[in-house]
Amino acid sequence: MRWVKERLVLILGLLVLVYTFVPIFVVVAMSFNNPGGRNVYKFGSFTMDNWKDPCAPDDLCSTLATSIQISLLATLVATVLGTLAAFALVRHDFAGRSASNLLIFLPMAAPEIVLGSSLLALFVASGFAGQLGFWTILIAHVMFCLSFVVVTVRARLAGMDDDLEQAAMDLYATPMQTFWRVTFPLVLPGILGAALLSFSLSFDDFIVTNLNSGNTTTFPMYVYGQERVGVPMQVNVVGTLMFVVSIAIVLGMELRNRRRVAA
Amino acid sequence: MSQLAEDAQSEPASAAPASDPTYDGLRLHQLTKSFGGGFTAVDALDLDVPRGSFFALLGPSGCGKTTTLRMVAGLETPTSGSITLSGQDITFAKPYRRPVNTVFQSYALFPHLDIYENVAFGLRRRRAKEVKAKVEAMLDLVELTSQARKKPAQLSGGQQQRVALARALINEPEVLLLDEPLGALDLKLRRAMQIEIKRIQTEVQQTFIHVTHDQEEAMTMADTVAVMNAGVIEQMGAPAELYENPRSTFVANFLGQSNLISGTVASRSADVTTVDMHGIQVSVPAGRSHVDGDRGWVGIRPEKVLIGEEGAELDAPGNTIPGGVISDVSFVGVSTQYLVRMPWGQELQVFSQNTGRTRMFRTGERVELSWRPEYAFLLDQAQDATAGAQRDAQ
Repeated sequence: MRWVKERLVLILGLLVLVYTFVPIFVVVAMSFNNPGGRNVYKFGSFTMDNWKDPCAPDDLCSTLATSIQISLLATLVATVLGTLAAFALVRHDFAGRSASNLLIFLPMAAPEIVLGSSLLALFVASGFAGQLGFWTILIAHVMFCLSFVVVTVRARLAGMDDDLEQAAMDLYATPMQTFWRVTFPLVLPGILGAALLSFSLSFDDFIVTNLNSGNTTTFPMYVYGQERVGVPMQVNVVGTLMFVVSIAIVLGMELRNRRRVAA
Repeated sequence: MSQLAEDAQSEPASAAPASDPTYDGLRLHQLTKSFGGGFTAVDALDLDVPRGSFFALLGPSGCGKTTTLRMVAGLETPTSGSITLSGQDITFAKPYRRPVNTVFQSYALFPHLDIYENVAFGLRRRRAKEVKAKVEAMLDLVELTSQARKKPAQLSGGQQQRVALARALINEPEVLLLDEPLGALDLKLRRAMQIEIKRIQTEVQQTFIHVTHDQEEAMTMADTVAVMNAGVIEQMGAPAELYENPRSTFVANFLGQSNLISGTVASRSADVTTVDMHGIQVSVPAGRSHVDGDRGWVGIRPEKVLIGEEGAELDAPGNTIPGGVISDVSFVGVSTQYLVRMPWGQELQVFSQNTGRTRMFRTGERVELSWRPEYAFLLDQAQDATAGAQRDAQ
């Protein structure tokens, strides 16, 4: 009993980790599954077939490509706009600054279903009912990613020592040089973090996307649609790949940071 | 430095007569900085800093010394007045267009660049030649050669301070500004860095302007000290001159400690002013008398006061004040500090060197005080006798 008491924090921590990672291990395991029968959720036998041809099921890879396109574009636009907005909010005093600071939180706080349906209403009312698709999804994604970018970059900027930019100017750097040599490199980790966050938010969004997609199908919509007939095992391959890529990015950043500190 | 000639804005400063092209130092003319809300941080400041001097701006926090420094650096725009450097008007020149560099109080080292690149920053921005040789020589000067490839966060406070100094000095600025550069260091390191900075200044022979609230630091390092208070310069001069012959109660109290005793001017002659101090006639040299009216403060530094038994022969002809009673004795090793209650109720401070020539007095003993007239000074009684004294409580 005492043994458990002394290790309570450790045990609880491990339980939480198990709780978090079990679904991911299921995805990885399922990517090697050959269900054999009708029940695709039952592990039949081990196979490499899913990995050899992940694009075998109809539409899987085309919807995946659509999703990646939308996510990359949404990330790019939201990160650029959001970074600019964050600089404006931190660095400049203008009429309506505090109101903007507050309003930028709203899309994060509002339920997605509300955002999605009001956007749909807006698109339809503006006469874009027939054009719902790739571009309307993109507009919707940029909208909800923007808040996250602003909040992330703003936090990084606000934590920066003002003296650094003054020191750069004192050392003969023009405002341009000050920005690119000092400000930008120091804010970059915040911008990269914001971009990663945007990508994953955009990639797996279902609710807002589904309402504004018209005839376009994204990967999450495809998976949801397949769920009724049984999700193809190849979806697990995509899931595993995504997991590996995100782990690699996180590890890469961590290694980079460690090398910086230890250099 | 040569870039200044082309780039300095020739915007007309309101005070044109300040730009005397023959003066090769830094000249502030009627420099004023007001902030919103009517607060004037710097008020019509006139100041000449000769080329090659080690100049200290000394004052309590909020006296305007940092604002003055930031205006010279170009980080703050003056409300009015002008700044000229070697005859060039730089009042409105951008910070990156002035031959002036700053050592910031926070050091402001670039955390993403290593020590070498931090030091090389200014040279690279100006596309200077021989960056490598210059950076290495500078790192050598501040004894950081072995740390060149480390990041600022990996260095100690004292090392970071030296990087900040090297990063500014390498540009060979006409004026180097030091904004409380030693404020973040502990006492021992601060003393070491004071000597270090003084050594470097002697070596490079550039103009250093050092802002500090530490009177001891200012007096140790600078050859000229300007005492600043409430946006104006109270008095300026060599450290010893300021200390020995203060012209205001603020300077008398802010630089060291002073006994200020109320008195009335009895007579004035060419070289001596005689003051009636609670019924005792004391004399003050005319050159140390800074009073036009009749009422003044007779000032005397505690270490200049001699203490003796009643009726004893004291080696101080002139000013002898009987009737003191010791109210407190603190033995501090090299000296003994007495508080002596005078017949008129005031307590005077007396520092007596423990030379062994006089015995120690005890609380309650009756004593006589005296001082040589040439050490006394006379200040205007319109001034607050406690101005600038708060710091000495430390």
